[in-house]
Amino acid sequence: MAVDPIHQFQIQNLFPVVKIGGTEIVFTNSAAFMFAAVLGITVFLVGATASRSLVPSRLQSAAEIAYEFVATTVRSTAGTEGMRFFPFVFTIFMFVLTLNMIGLIPYSFTVTSHIIVTAALALTVFFTVLIYGLIRNGLHFFNLFVPKGVPIYILPLIVAIEILSFVSRPISHSVRLFANMLAGHITLQVFASFIILLGTGLGVIGWIGGALPLLMIVILFALETLVAFLQAYVFAILTCIYLNDAIHPGH
Amino acid sequence: MADGTRGKGDRKNPPDDEAALSARLQRLGKRLAQANRPSENGSDPRQTADPSAIARGFRLSTELVAGVLVGAVIGWLLDRWLGISPWGLIVFLLLGFAAGVLNVMRGAGIVRERRLDD
Repeated sequence: MAVDPIHQFQIQNLFPVVKIGGTEIVFTNSAAFMFAAVLGITVFLVGATASRSLVPSRLQSAAEIAYEFVATTVRSTAGTEGMRFFPFVFTIFMFVLTLNMIGLIPYSFTVTSHIIVTAALALTVFFTVLIYGLIRNGLHFFNLFVPKGVPIYILPLIVAIEILSFVSRPISHSVRLFANMLAGHITLQVFASFIILLGTGLGVIGWIGGALPLLMIVILFALETLVAFLQAYVFAILTCIYLNDAIHPGH
Repeated sequence: MADGTRGKGDRKNPPDDEAALSARLQRLGKRLAQANRPSENGSDPRQTADPSAIARGFRLSTELVAGVLVGAVIGWLLDRWLGISPWGLIVFLLLGFAAGVLNVMRGAGIVRERRLDD
């Protein structure tokens, strides 16, 4: 009985919502977990700020830490002007972080291990940068692709490379989060299946041998928790870096 | 200005003089460090963006792959639309590779990020 490590990422249809044209919109387990994450974040933040006091309660200080953390990131990367995007970055950070953390619970579903979700988030950031940059700076925004002090004869080449580099951003932005979560969860599943295979197949030796992957899984789980947080943070900080381009495009 | 006079002093030395070369390299390193200091402060959050080496390595590899991928897709689409196969793919794959390398160098902080009003 080999354990299928991909099985955990399967989308299951829970119930149909509405039918538009030939496409049926179905409420899936992915959507359910997204709702759960949004609900969890809302309950956490509303609960934390309901009884505000000068001496914060535990919940309140947790919410304050989250706020301060993201606010510092935004300020240091995109400047004080970047704070107008604080709600956006905070939402993305909390959403990704919560989804990553929920995904670590056994038998749950990791929404961020699906590239369509991370790509949608990354494209939102991409188009926000593009549209806001154009509105704010007008055509001056395109100076982003024209570095200063480049000789005129290689300028077309440099501009082409800069544009490609800009267009490739949402890909690396989304693939990073998706691949980290996917790889981590597959690794955990594979090591977990080693325990079962050894334990059921080889008798006493198997039981002893199974202890090794068990130990491994404990270590890996700690690593995965770190990765879950780190990737949410990296996603947020890259969002800030990209937004910074929209706010202050170089000359 | 002081650099200019120092440069002249160096030029007097024979080019194969190891000591002079290393001294000059040291001076250059010091000057580079000075020049980089303000921008280093500015890009500090950037450095802490990936505290773990795995995350950093992963980040850089996706940057490269993304550049090549975008170049390949654009080149392929141009080939399809304009019927110039295989030139679009060849040119844009190379450009994409260059963009990927640029991404990696930016991500690693070798090339300075386009920052606030510089």
